Amino acid sequence: MRAVLGRWQTWAGFGIAAVVLFGVAPVVLSDFRLSLLGKFLCFAIVAVGIGLAWGRGGMLVLGQGVFFGLGGYMMGMHLKIADAQIRGDDVPDFMQIAGVRELPGYWEPFASPAFTLLAIVLLPTAIAAALGFGVFKRRVKGAYFAILSQALAAALAILLVGQTSTGGSNGLNRFRTFFGFTLNDPANRRMLYFIAAGVLLLVVAVVRQLMQSRYGELLVAVRDGEERVRFLGYDPANIKVVAYTVAALFASIAGALFAPIVGFIAPSQVGILPSIAFLIGVAIGGRTTLLGPVLGAIGVAWAQTLFSERFPSEWTYAQGLLFIVVVGFFPAGLAGLGVFLKRRRKAKTEPPPEQATDSDPDTEKVGASS
Amino acid sequence: MDVLIGQLATGLSLGSILLLAALGLSLTFGQMGVINMAHGEFIMAGCYTAYVVQQVISSAGVSLLISLVVGFVVGGAMGALLEVTLIQRMYHRPLDTLLVTFGVGLVLQQIARDIFGAPAVNVIAPAWLSGGVEIFGAVVPKTRIFILVLAIACVAALATALKVSPMGRRIRAVVQNRDLAETSGISSRKTDITTFFIGSGLAAVAGVALTMIGSTSPTIGQSYLIDAFLVVVVGGLGQIKGTVIAAFSLGFLNSFIEYNTTASLAKVIVFVIIVIFLQARPQGLFTVRTRSLV
Repeated sequence: MRAVLGRWQTWAGFGIAAVVLFGVAPVVLSDFRLSLLGKFLCFAIVAVGIGLAWGRGGMLVLGQGVFFGLGGYMMGMHLKIADAQIRGDDVPDFMQIAGVRELPGYWEPFASPAFTLLAIVLLPTAIAAALGFGVFKRRVKGAYFAILSQALAAALAILLVGQTSTGGSNGLNRFRTFFGFTLNDPANRRMLYFIAAGVLLLVVAVVRQLMQSRYGELLVAVRDGEERVRFLGYDPANIKVVAYTVAALFASIAGALFAPIVGFIAPSQVGILPSIAFLIGVAIGGRTTLLGPVLGAIGVAWAQTLFSERFPSEWTYAQGLLFIVVVGFFPAGLAGLGVFLKRRRKAKTEPPPEQATDSDPDTEKVGASS
Repeated sequence: MDVLIGQLATGLSLGSILLLAALGLSLTFGQMGVINMAHGEFIMAGCYTAYVVQQVISSAGVSLLISLVVGFVVGGAMGALLEVTLIQRMYHRPLDTLLVTFGVGLVLQQIARDIFGAPAVNVIAPAWLSGGVEIFGAVVPKTRIFILVLAIACVAALATALKVSPMGRRIRAVVQNRDLAETSGISSRKTDITTFFIGSGLAAVAGVALTMIGSTSPTIGQSYLIDAFLVVVVGGLGQIKGTVIAAFSLGFLNSFIEYNTTASLAKVIVFVIIVIFLQARPQGLFTVRTRSLV
């Protein structure tokens, strides 16, 4: 069994990441930039899940905005109710403006923090598992799955825009407290950042364990030869559903953190464009690797903040070209570049082996699945 | 009864729009297996072609007819260019093609935004398309009937071309067995480019027609793209018959559910119905029978 990284390397990597995220960043960055980094970390959490489902499992998950949005909206609903309770109102402020006097039925359970947290974990998991089973058990093809997950994102975004009880196209915003901590206090916003950083480290650890386990090997096997895995006696559908569900769960948790950190959640975070935009960072960083998606997502989000407001037109061009160039010509991403350079160095120092040994399962055949 | 006929008319009209938007896809996605996310932008290119042509030729009727031809060529040329530069390198990576063409779509949208501006532009419908026709008490706008007629004409033309013309025979041969077609002396490269030209050209024709019922903005293609894909998925790959039936079924379904609920809820319900339908028929309504595993 191939290790993704050696044992000591893993610990060292985690140590460095922890020191950077918890030690260096809070000291170096201003409060504003720290919470910006917190937002990027939310995207990175989504990216880790996409890396597992897409890079390792070969499932093109184009609807992650759905789960991101579900998590974000559920958290947002709880925060809005909590704010209203503090003010002594029955309904959140935006509903008062719309003239709604009574809390809609489906909002009521979200008054409970425990229910909200449980729902953020369970609801997207259940939806992803149901959809996954429905699609993969019937051996619906990869292309169909990609289109269906996109249609789901489009449908949810349209549904949310039409609902006045979730704030319409404005979504939910202006949260004042987070589980009793007022968000005006910089120390509490800092705490949110630390939570995001902690969750990111946790999901990376989980995915590393998954990748190294027998399950991880099977997942790659399903990506590269689904029929062979089936003939070996495994059910590829189960293997795929697990990866898809884990990715959905990560996206939901990321959304739930995104809402309080950024201060809003809206249909613009749910639809097709944001859902596909999650993929570009993953593709750039290297979809099959563990850390590539994390770094890629943070990098792209950072570049977007830097450029998109000053050069909106150029940024869209850049985004489009990144898709074309990276996915079209460098499907292994930056991580593939590293492997490529390493091979070249090896080829220079050593005589070339008799047989071409393209045996690296991590970088070969990326995206060849149908 | 009036309501029923009204809904039938709406459904028929929606179905013909879906059919027109999906017809090109049934060729590029259905026959060739390429997921072209820039297809929506070819529709948009058709819309803007109609707009530009009308700026040059002010007579609305003449410009509409000329736009249909010019649009087909413009869309087709864009599609052929895309096939030659990018898609031909990626036939063995269908999912990556999706993302690459999505990138192309983003770029094309932004180009349209930079040239024509983000606000929507309008194409004036010719006088003979204004007003409506009364059918069993329900008033149907003439523009909708025009789209229905155009959709039927396009389907008939495409079906005939595929069935009897030498070019159509080559396309079918390459779709059915690429290797055997090549050994028989058919250039599969040329055929691929031709197929893509026709498919993308049809998208632009759809775009020209859509300017008759709504205004044109750079994101117009996106709004039709997913529905068009769903039509092809439900209809089953590789057969125009499936696309036609699926387009009108989804059109009727959407209009009836929308009448009983709301537009946004209807989209979600239709999606759920499609997922359930794919449980029963994972390959869509009509399939080409094959022993292949994948």
